[in-house]
Amino acid sequence: MHPPVRLGVRIAVLLALAVLPALTGALDQPFLLDLALRIMILATAAVSLNLILGYGGMISFGHAAYIGIGAYAVGIPAYYGEYSGYVQLPLAIGAGALFALVTGYICLRTKGVYFIMITLAFAQMAYFAFVSIEEYGGDDGLVIEQRSEFTGIIDMESTHQFYYVVLVFLVGALYLVSRIVNARFGMAVQGAKDNDQRMQSLGFDTFRYRLACYVIAGAMAAAAGWLMGNYNYFFSPEMMGWTHSGELIFMVVLGGAGSLFGPLYGAIVLIILEEQLSSATVYWPLILGAILIAVVLFARGGLEGMLAKLERRK
Amino acid sequence: MRIHKMGLISVATAAIMGAAVLAAPALAADKVKIGFVTTLTTPAAVIGNDMKDAFDLANEHIGGTMAGLEIEIIYEDDGFKPEIGKQKTDKLVKQDDVDFITGYIWSHVLLASRKSALDAGKFMISANAGPSQLAGKLCHKNFFSTSWQNDQTPMALGEVLNQRGVKSLYIMSPNYAAGKNMAAGVERTFKGEIKGKDMTKWGKDAQLDFSAELAKAKASGTEAIFVFYPGKAGGAFIKQYMQAGLNESIPLYTVYTVDALSLPKFQKAEMKGVLGSLATQFWSPDLDTPQNEKFVSAFLAKYGRYPSFYAAQSYDTLFFIKSAVEAVGGDLTNMDGMRAAMEKADYPSVRGPYSYGNNHFPIQNFYLREAATDSEGRWTTKIVSTVYSNHQDVYAKECKL
Amino acid sequence: MEWVLFVSQLLNGLQLGVLLFLLAAGLTLVFGIMDFVNLAHGSLYMMGAYFCVTLTSALGSFPLAVLLAVILTFILGIAVELIVSRHLYQRDHLDQVLATFGLILFFNGAVHLIWGPEGNPIALPDYLNGRISLPAGIEIPTFRLVIIAIGLAVAVGLIWLVTKTRMGMLIRAGASNRRMAGALGVDIRKLFTLVFALGAAMAGLAGMMIAPITEANIGMGDDILIVAFVVIIIGGIGSIRGAFIAALLVGMIDVMGRSYLDDFMKLIMDNQSAETASPALSAMAIYILMAGILYFRPRGLFPPRHR
Repeated sequence: MHPPVRLGVRIAVLLALAVLPALTGALDQPFLLDLALRIMILATAAVSLNLILGYGGMISFGHAAYIGIGAYAVGIPAYYGEYSGYVQLPLAIGAGALFALVTGYICLRTKGVYFIMITLAFAQMAYFAFVSIEEYGGDDGLVIEQRSEFTGIIDMESTHQFYYVVLVFLVGALYLVSRIVNARFGMAVQGAKDNDQRMQSLGFDTFRYRLACYVIAGAMAAAAGWLMGNYNYFFSPEMMGWTHSGELIFMVVLGGAGSLFGPLYGAIVLIILEEQLSSATVYWPLILGAILIAVVLFARGGLEGMLAKLERRK
Repeated sequence: MRIHKMGLISVATAAIMGAAVLAAPALAADKVKIGFVTTLTTPAAVIGNDMKDAFDLANEHIGGTMAGLEIEIIYEDDGFKPEIGKQKTDKLVKQDDVDFITGYIWSHVLLASRKSALDAGKFMISANAGPSQLAGKLCHKNFFSTSWQNDQTPMALGEVLNQRGVKSLYIMSPNYAAGKNMAAGVERTFKGEIKGKDMTKWGKDAQLDFSAELAKAKASGTEAIFVFYPGKAGGAFIKQYMQAGLNESIPLYTVYTVDALSLPKFQKAEMKGVLGSLATQFWSPDLDTPQNEKFVSAFLAKYGRYPSFYAAQSYDTLFFIKSAVEAVGGDLTNMDGMRAAMEKADYPSVRGPYSYGNNHFPIQNFYLREAATDSEGRWTTKIVSTVYSNHQDVYAKECKL
Repeated sequence: MEWVLFVSQLLNGLQLGVLLFLLAAGLTLVFGIMDFVNLAHGSLYMMGAYFCVTLTSALGSFPLAVLLAVILTFILGIAVELIVSRHLYQRDHLDQVLATFGLILFFNGAVHLIWGPEGNPIALPDYLNGRISLPAGIEIPTFRLVIIAIGLAVAVGLIWLVTKTRMGMLIRAGASNRRMAGALGVDIRKLFTLVFALGAAMAGLAGMMIAPITEANIGMGDDILIVAFVVIIIGGIGSIRGAFIAALLVGMIDVMGRSYLDDFMKLIMDNQSAETASPALSAMAIYILMAGILYFRPRGLFPPRHR
């Protein structure tokens, strides 16, 4: 029997994330917590992207738009004095789902690279739309003074409580995706990725399955955006930019597309690398670029793939 | 047993990843720590490097100490992104535990970083960005600016146009918050007719080809053109303005476009048409103050180029911090004492004496300056006249300090 | 004199269009024939511009510098193909995206290291720096006419190459059915290298044409790459004719949107809203166009047959 390397790593990473607040408190390193928050929030979005990209074969190049939509769902109510999380969170999820439904209905008519580009097009439209809305700060964005309120239940202003809220969302996203891909619905979507015609001839309305999947992923990413808006106390159209959509794709591919924990690993490695390299040298893009190329050329299947190889070798 | 071992290895891996981040210097009370967030990658690094060079020069000039404390400066790159700027600010205030945090070229980076720095109880000093929010509703007791509020410079320019009897104007500016501020600023004071206004695409894929806009401006029959194009777009615009031959018929007025960063490039490309173009600014390399003379000559000697206004602001910032630290005798826990000292602006500024308004933005002079040749043939800017004396921004009354 | 302005804007749109075509042509060939998503195509555009910067100041002659820089970019294209791209043709699009994004970062970092972060201007010789007067008072900068002329010449040359030569036949065969072309005994590997380098040289040429107008900058290729992708998607991947028509369409829509949209919007809404809405709409215009075209023709305007 092979040793379960992958399971070990999964447990270890989740455990490490769970005890991190205590650890950083003891070591007097509060910044680590900020870094971990950013990683977990982006990982949540990456996990949702993985659902459509890794399992469903729908390469969305506009996923950052949902993060922006979620963040604006914190910011715009706050701008009018509405801080209740019971308003903001459902608004974020609802807006994300609606945007996914409308754009997905059009995007899913296309395949392959045409799908990549049309998702990009919609994200760019959202980006330019928010740039032009001067009321909400235009390109500069707006700041919010306090996070979403859940009076009496959670104090989001407390870093530790907010941290565990984010962790719950991350774990929840992982759980949701694992349930979906193992359900009949998820099987149908994965089947459509490999052979759409066969699934159709088996009587599956694959368009509707894929659309549903796309909407779920959009809603999840918008929830991540809701976290991001709260974390930053700030929202701007820049969050929707295509470079951010690209970053999410890299997290998924780096970690291993179509593996449950891949996006999380990708987010951890990419953000820590960026943070460390950019503090060390202004020529960091050179090094990071070389690393990315090397990963693709020599490590198929991303980090999760490397772990799997390790597992087989032992 | 084996599972257990693998788990241990994984924990160790995670710990090593964490430790890489942890490699932070220990706290030291005999130092003044200053965090400097600016842009050191992307083409905007030209601005960041100019600021960094000036800050280093200032540190050299004060001998690396203030009030007997050693100065430690930590530079961080915001990559021109608000989120990264915020992350770097978090790192500086939490991991490095700096006493002052400064830099900040871009409004959106400053806005995104603001809460992290101020909530941590640090002094935040903008050495460039001056968004209206921070001058008005979002003003804060621990926030200071050593530059200007966005609207002031174009307002001065509108005044110049009135003085010179210009009757009509065509406005071009990037379509983002500062760009809109600039257009609004000049419109607020200019009394003539606005013949047309183009807000061009900005951001990651900013528009750099202005042929369509220039053709429109030419067809509009305007007397003058006003633009605000900072950074790489400025060079591109001026080139096309001259390639289209408009410098022979429609004079150009600018803010933050023709500066010490773009002029050497125009000179290299032999674009003589830019000489004589007018701009407003709170400072110029030829401004006659002792501190400015020292700064400009030393900067020229060390780096072989004229400093830009970004550099002047950064140079000022370190002296500004020094005045605060020395006022409390190096007791960095005395925030109130340092704040009181900073509010006096009692330090040798390159722009000469100025004062602070209630919102901690400078009340200062604005000058009209012209692109010209210096005695050694280098292209620079020279002051023509004073447009505003002791001018305060219009948002100060919204600030409740 | 409204129509004088209109003709000027037509020429401006044409100039932008041919520039986009130079960039899109290589992209669509590489994509169509090798099924390779090359995000780093914009980096070759940037490298072309930087080669030209250095050569212009070294040689003192812009035309000579362009000639040499095109050759250099061609060689660079061969190198990139042999070292990186070649190993990615069999991979899925995601791996290609990740690796070529790595290439973008690599080239941006390398340019920062070699040329520094500041933009690099290219001084044009006097005979290119002036303006040409056309009938009826239309004036256009000489260099912009040169761009149009060179762009059209390359387009004609490329269409001739693709439709009339043996190599072109192979390229077309490759674009519509790769396995078939391989079965015909064509040395597919050599053909791929050649096509990749040809695309690189054209992208580099586009960079050299724009640098005297806007300066050579780090990341200049990333900005325009997305637009080039829009062009090849609208045109239909692998189709040179599609890329040409789509490039002109996108160029025209972009310029015309910037020129006339605010006047048009002022007819249907108040001035204040029009001033806010029109820059946003003109920035969105090409994306709206692409989404609209894909809605009705999910594979673009001119998809090659039998894919």
